[in-house]
Amino acid sequence: MKNEFQVIADLIEKDKKVLDVGCADGTLMKFLKDNKNINIRGLEISKKKVQECIAKGLTVIEGNAEKDLKQFPDKSFDYVVLSQTLQAFLSPELVLDELLRVGKKAIVTIPNFGYWKVRFHLLFKGTMPITKTLPDEWYNTPNLHMCTIKDFFHFVKSKDIKIFKSIALNNLNKSIINESNLGVKNLFADLGIFLIEK
Amino acid sequence: MNTEKNIKTLIVNKPLKLDCGKTIKDFPIAYETYGSLNSKKDNAILVFHALTGDQFVTGINPVTDKEGWWSYAVGPDKAIDTTKYFVICSNVIGGCMGSFGPSHKDPDQKIFGTNFPVITINDMVNAQYNLLDHFGIDKLFSITGGSMGGMQVLQFISNFPNKSKTVIPIATTSSHSAQNIAFNELGRQAITADSNWKDGNYTSNETNPGKGLAVARMAAHITYLSKKGLQEKFGRKLQEREDLKFGFDADFQIESYLRYQGSVFVDRFDANSYLYITRAMDYFDLAKQFKGNLSEAFINTKAKFFIISFTSDWLYPTQENKDIVIALNSIGADVGFVEIESDKGHDSFLLDVPDFLSALKNFIDKSYEEN
Repeated sequence: MKNEFQVIADLIEKDKKVLDVGCADGTLMKFLKDNKNINIRGLEISKKKVQECIAKGLTVIEGNAEKDLKQFPDKSFDYVVLSQTLQAFLSPELVLDELLRVGKKAIVTIPNFGYWKVRFHLLFKGTMPITKTLPDEWYNTPNLHMCTIKDFFHFVKSKDIKIFKSIALNNLNKSIINESNLGVKNLFADLGIFLIEK
Repeated sequence: MNTEKNIKTLIVNKPLKLDCGKTIKDFPIAYETYGSLNSKKDNAILVFHALTGDQFVTGINPVTDKEGWWSYAVGPDKAIDTTKYFVICSNVIGGCMGSFGPSHKDPDQKIFGTNFPVITINDMVNAQYNLLDHFGIDKLFSITGGSMGGMQVLQFISNFPNKSKTVIPIATTSSHSAQNIAFNELGRQAITADSNWKDGNYTSNETNPGKGLAVARMAAHITYLSKKGLQEKFGRKLQEREDLKFGFDADFQIESYLRYQGSVFVDRFDANSYLYITRAMDYFDLAKQFKGNLSEAFINTKAKFFIISFTSDWLYPTQENKDIVIALNSIGADVGFVEIESDKGHDSFLLDVPDFLSALKNFIDKSYEEN
């Protein structure tokens, strides 16, 4: 399992009710269900991935987070997870609002556009950055709204969203992000993981 | 049709009060089973059939000598694996394959015809519930069915919230739409316009309203397919001729196909049953039973739901299936949903659609493993 998923799983206590938005093939869901007795649901747009989840015995709803989150009642999940997808929505702000409405807490991870390799790529090659977390070309990337860890940090604060934990991830290195080290983490982490609440 | 020797029947002695106000008792429910009930009695799946289906889900139907209506999905090693599960299906009341229906005789030995009480989906499932007692099953492992079968699934779990662990409505709706009522009315008008119908008092096969029933079937059959499916299968291909004949014979293959579908249908189906069952579908509005709040229908069940729709089904479109998902999500029920890509229209659930069959199999087998 991806290191990112291990970090997410560590943020969630046992026996909770969790919604994984954009759950893909259900790897994280399966782990949470098997190891933490989590009552887990998934929302996934790809028919193929939905089938893979069903084959794993997971409860998944085929749907689009931008349209289909509204059917869930307020605070009906302990945690709502959104892994590396926020930047692909037409309106990330509305999706974030919905995550925090549906979930008592939300765990959002973002590929960091401020990562030094990304900056170097653009600075020296002069072409759109391609990295491990941003593998697609500019013309076929699903990403519409790239942001940096710093952008997301400021954005969340400006919306009066509480940050319980922000974690910087660079391969296997995991560290805590705070106000004072934000600039450094924004340079050296390729992924940001945020536990937030509104 | 001398069919009785091939039909298993349960006589229900307990009176059943119908939605129309009348009470029936000592009435027959014709059923069939596949596979065997295990000692824990936890492997039973109750399958509900659609408008023109019957209890003969799979294998050769002993009455029609044709494959059962859900042979692709049910059988040894199939999606609903009869080597693992005990599958029960019964003919709905109002039907014509042995269950209490309009072709039965009243106490004065006169065929009911339109004197048969109007029945509803609710009446159908309440009647079928007696099968659980008959087999000594406290809780079913699953209930499933497509189209009108799906309506019965929804009604059943609403009426008996603790009686099934899993619930699989397929290509269905919680409330029959105006368009669907319209198509059913077209079929009923075709039957009642046939001079042989005689207000429902036809008695023998020679004088039955076969033409009207065939037209009803033809019209309905079109609604079960998709435009793309029809175009690909038939296009403008001509039927055993080089050119148009400038007449009203079946020049096109699609005409010939529909005529054939109509003609084989009248051999196995009773026109009055068609009136009664389509009426039951039209009356189905589960939300209305709960003052317009569909979620209330499911508030007492802890069952695990899995809802399936098909992209090209315009009769029971994805949105109507999703409305059920939404109602379930709004009360935090355990619900999964998938829309299967298929060109085969509403009939997709009856056909060889691999993505559908694998989703069904995976859901059932994985849910049973977790038991």
